[in-house]
Amino acid sequence: MSDMPEPRTSMVGKDPYSIPLEDIDVSQRELYRSNIMWGFFDRLRNEDPVHYCKDSEFGPYWSVTRFEDIMKVEAQHNIFSSNPSISIQDPMEDFKVSMFIAMDEPEHGKQRRTVQGAVAPRNLANMESLIRERAGAILDTLPVGETFNWVEKVSIELTTQMLATLFDFPFENRHKLTYWSDVATAVPGPDSIIDTYADRPRILMDECVPAFMGLWHERANAEPRTDLISMLAHGEATKNMATERPMEFLGNLMLLIVGGNDTTRNSLSGSVLFLNENPEEYEKLMADHSLINSMVPEVIRYQTPLTHMRRTANEDFDLNGKTIRKGDKVVMWYVSGNRDEDAIERPYDFIIDRDKPRHHVSFGFGIHRCMGNRLAEMQLRIVWEEILKRFSKVELVGEPVRSYSNFVKGYTDLPVRVHPL
Amino acid sequence: MTKITFIQHDGEQQTLEVEKGLSVMNAAVDNLVEGIDADCGGECNCATCHVYIDGAWMDKVGPTNEAEEAIMSLNPERKDTSRLGCQIKLTDELDGLVVHLPEFQF
Repeated sequence: MSDMPEPRTSMVGKDPYSIPLEDIDVSQRELYRSNIMWGFFDRLRNEDPVHYCKDSEFGPYWSVTRFEDIMKVEAQHNIFSSNPSISIQDPMEDFKVSMFIAMDEPEHGKQRRTVQGAVAPRNLANMESLIRERAGAILDTLPVGETFNWVEKVSIELTTQMLATLFDFPFENRHKLTYWSDVATAVPGPDSIIDTYADRPRILMDECVPAFMGLWHERANAEPRTDLISMLAHGEATKNMATERPMEFLGNLMLLIVGGNDTTRNSLSGSVLFLNENPEEYEKLMADHSLINSMVPEVIRYQTPLTHMRRTANEDFDLNGKTIRKGDKVVMWYVSGNRDEDAIERPYDFIIDRDKPRHHVSFGFGIHRCMGNRLAEMQLRIVWEEILKRFSKVELVGEPVRSYSNFVKGYTDLPVRVHPL
Repeated sequence: MTKITFIQHDGEQQTLEVEKGLSVMNAAVDNLVEGIDADCGGECNCATCHVYIDGAWMDKVGPTNEAEEAIMSLNPERKDTSRLGCQIKLTDELDGLVVHLPEFQF
């Protein structure tokens, strides 16, 4: 895939400070796989914080790059619509799933309220011991003394088990959840799990929908329980969804699966990478395990597992001196907001005992703020508590391989060795 | 100066004397009162400074504003007395205000 031609003028190999400002296109996926987007965003934040890219693979779009401006866009949810898509890529014409993250009020709120309780802190507290037990079991099977891929053996396995727990999905089939999540976000290609975009609806409609439809009927006919399917099947706003609005049913499942899968997975991989890149921080952690609490939000900021969220202007709006027109595509680059030195001190440094570590934009803000934020934090905290009970070091022994995506910021390979205490 | 009392979920009370004009959220954060996160820094954009207003104070504090309502309405633990601390300014009228903290911020 490395020799696949980039569309239009590639940013790769360009000096971010010498190319014309107007030619900067931060939507190019290769920037993220090569981890070279930083300079482009630094320049935009300084010289043109609300930037118009007139031509890209995804059409023209605005980039909002400063923390403060991102907050403004998030707050104006009546002007900046989440419909039709929350990523820079428009939905496929013939496969329009619909999910509440990509809806506006009042429908968004109605549906969100139905499922919010499942991942609310009160419900999470009941799940903590099960999560800890499962995390411990995964760590206990790691091959000590061998090099292995942390992404595959820990990050994916753990988040998959968590999803199965949340859905009360048949545990032995849990890997299907990860597979469907990957299908939903994959970019087709020779190294990809899908060959063409047409594979996506086919796999999801043929496999994912029937599986969940079965669970739905089972839960709908039983007493309400605390898993997400049961909550949807019994919730007032969602109880007819599976039968009357199947694309909405699929959409909301995909939202919960993707939302709970890639993001935590990649933050967990990121945590190992960042501690290895910053050995003095790793030492701090080993000397004081209570720093896990502030390390977790710092990892989430530093990783920024989703690079952006996208809105579409419902009306003309002046933002920081630029006039955004009705219908324009507006991309809030969280990956840039989290490196904004006007909002975050020493933003390029990974500091596990940072003051106000949760002042970051990885979860977004406003009415669409990440619903699973506390679940994500809890998972990361528990895994690290369990790692520190077992290993003196999770040592990075090779180069990480990053994902080819302008939306999911993550890793496919992270070669490590674990050293017992 | 003005007085404000925070009552934790477990009943622990803290009465503070703070500068007039501060928000309830700032009064808590500046004095390291636990249970207020204020992730967005006071922009009415995250709802992690959720408080419950004590009894009769609700009349003086008043109901949620429009921006606050949009975000508070999504909180499953929202009650009639729910407000966001960042949206309440400590004026003379609110001297002695008592607020309760929820068990969790979302």
